[in-house]
Amino acid sequence: MKIHNTTGGRIFDAANYVFLSLIGVITLLPFIYVIAGSFANEAEITRRAFFVWPEQFTLGSYEYIFSTPAFIRALVTTILVTAVGTLVQLAFTVTMAYPLAKKTLRGRKVILSLVVFAMVFSGGMIPTFLLVKDLGLLNSYWALILPAAINPFSLIIIKNFFQELPAELEESAKMDGATEIGILWRILLPLSKPVLATFALFYAVGIWNDFMSPLLYLSDNSKWTLQMYLRQVTAASDLLGTGNVDPTYIPPEQGIKFAVIVVATLPILVFYPFLQKHFAKGMLIGSVKG
Amino acid sequence: MAAPVIDTRAGERTQPPASAPRKRGRFSVHFAHYKWLYLLLLPGVLYFAVFRYGPMYGVSIAFKDYVPFLGVNGSKWVGFQHFQDFFANPDFPRLLGNTLILAFLNLGIAFPLTIVLALLLNEVRLSILKRTVQTLVYIPHFLSWTIVASLSFLLFALDFGPLFLFLNNVLGTNIDFLSDPNWFRPLIVLQEIWKNTGWGTIIFLAALATVDQDQYEAAIIDGAGRFRRVWHITLPGIRSTIIVMLILAIGQMLNTGFEQIYLMTNALNRSVADVFDTYVYFVGITQGAYSYSTAVGLFKSLVGIVLIFGTNALAKRFNQSGLF
Repeated sequence: MKIHNTTGGRIFDAANYVFLSLIGVITLLPFIYVIAGSFANEAEITRRAFFVWPEQFTLGSYEYIFSTPAFIRALVTTILVTAVGTLVQLAFTVTMAYPLAKKTLRGRKVILSLVVFAMVFSGGMIPTFLLVKDLGLLNSYWALILPAAINPFSLIIIKNFFQELPAELEESAKMDGATEIGILWRILLPLSKPVLATFALFYAVGIWNDFMSPLLYLSDNSKWTLQMYLRQVTAASDLLGTGNVDPTYIPPEQGIKFAVIVVATLPILVFYPFLQKHFAKGMLIGSVKG
Repeated sequence: MAAPVIDTRAGERTQPPASAPRKRGRFSVHFAHYKWLYLLLLPGVLYFAVFRYGPMYGVSIAFKDYVPFLGVNGSKWVGFQHFQDFFANPDFPRLLGNTLILAFLNLGIAFPLTIVLALLLNEVRLSILKRTVQTLVYIPHFLSWTIVASLSFLLFALDFGPLFLFLNNVLGTNIDFLSDPNWFRPLIVLQEIWKNTGWGTIIFLAALATVDQDQYEAAIIDGAGRFRRVWHITLPGIRSTIIVMLILAIGQMLNTGFEQIYLMTNALNRSVADVFDTYVYFVGITQGAYSYSTAVGLFKSLVGIVLIFGTNALAKRFNQSGLF
């Protein structure tokens, strides 16, 4: 289709392009400032209002945080919990999705409707907290993984994906004497790699970014994750009275805050190209099927 | 040893056909056939039983006087006592007001901005610009609220923050954005816009791609300008998407986002910052009033369910396809 471009139209286009470019740049500005600040020295941060390039380049803030045991511990903990948690959550979801994809399985409908009901209604913060406490999971990293082991949305989308795979694949494998577990492991999973990668990213980002679970379940501050550490470092002076910060804690210098934010953001930015592609797709699938 | 077994079977066979045992028999055959599948199902079913339905059962403490030592079952029933206490508490109107004001600010500002941004992106025919802007504005969606809050603390900080230095150096005034209660709501809405407006456009852009292109040509022939085409063709074309998203947003109205609000709450802004979600945390977890806070949480979820069904029914009444 050819659009006849009037003068007014051309002015609008130009204005729109400038405006949208500005929006893009403004979105990015806080990051640029934080990255620049993480490489600047203390004097520059406190003197210059806003800058996108440090006058004097220094790695001091990074050297400091990477020689702080509490920071290293939080970083390593978070990487491990995210890695293990993603595998566990994906395993729980896939093993449940596969049987539910079999239309002939008895009890399937009942289970599916219970899953859907769990999407609409949840017990809420306090009953979940008390359950985790009664299970003895307080101050255990499992408390960050198990309560969110299966996302009902992801479960249903993976189930639908399995259902749409051609049935002949399984039938021929069955004739060769493969068990159901063998079929899932050797035939369906290799076929589902892109889908599984998408949901692995969903789960990984969820665990990495999670602040509420560690806040609720990890009271021992030697077990804190990176998000909790970040909170401690950047907010110490602002949160008197909300009661989750060590009162003896001395707020760090500005540059260190910048560096911790950069480290906590980095994995997300590194994976961002994959995230953008897969999450956008996932969001649209979710909106169609949900 | 073998004989009695054969006898039992024989006896069963001679009995009149009873449907129940035969059905059970068929299920055992079915179960034997699908035993691996049932085995695979087990961890998931256990998960839902324990971590999803367990807390739902635990909600019963909203009607009890929960004592940790007695457990959920052993604690005494008190009926609607906690609900009555909550409605009579001066906290209730304050929480309701704070929650609703934030919800309406988000619905009234962030929601329309998402549509406007989608419309503007849709008008871009330079695909490299469109893709670049999309890539940039989607990024904040993937960052945790902790990072968003930390960025806010740096940008709006007293003494060192860029905004403070700017106001101080240029205008000679200063504002304590982070603890002044008047600035709490603007900051929350600003964070919400920065984090989620870009990402929210995805659904609308997908809907915009389905709008019938022939209509635009017809409108051009009729002499309709850019804005009239948007008003008369584009917007009606994505009306059902807008309504569905609005229903979802209204259903989520009372979910102010625990993490965001909690992270921005401090001793000085509690009067405007406290919402249902954070109140449940402060009263339940930090003060240990488990039953009372569960009642508050239950009240909130029930209102949420009523809201989502209500808006859906309303949408249907106005002849729009609802959500379900």
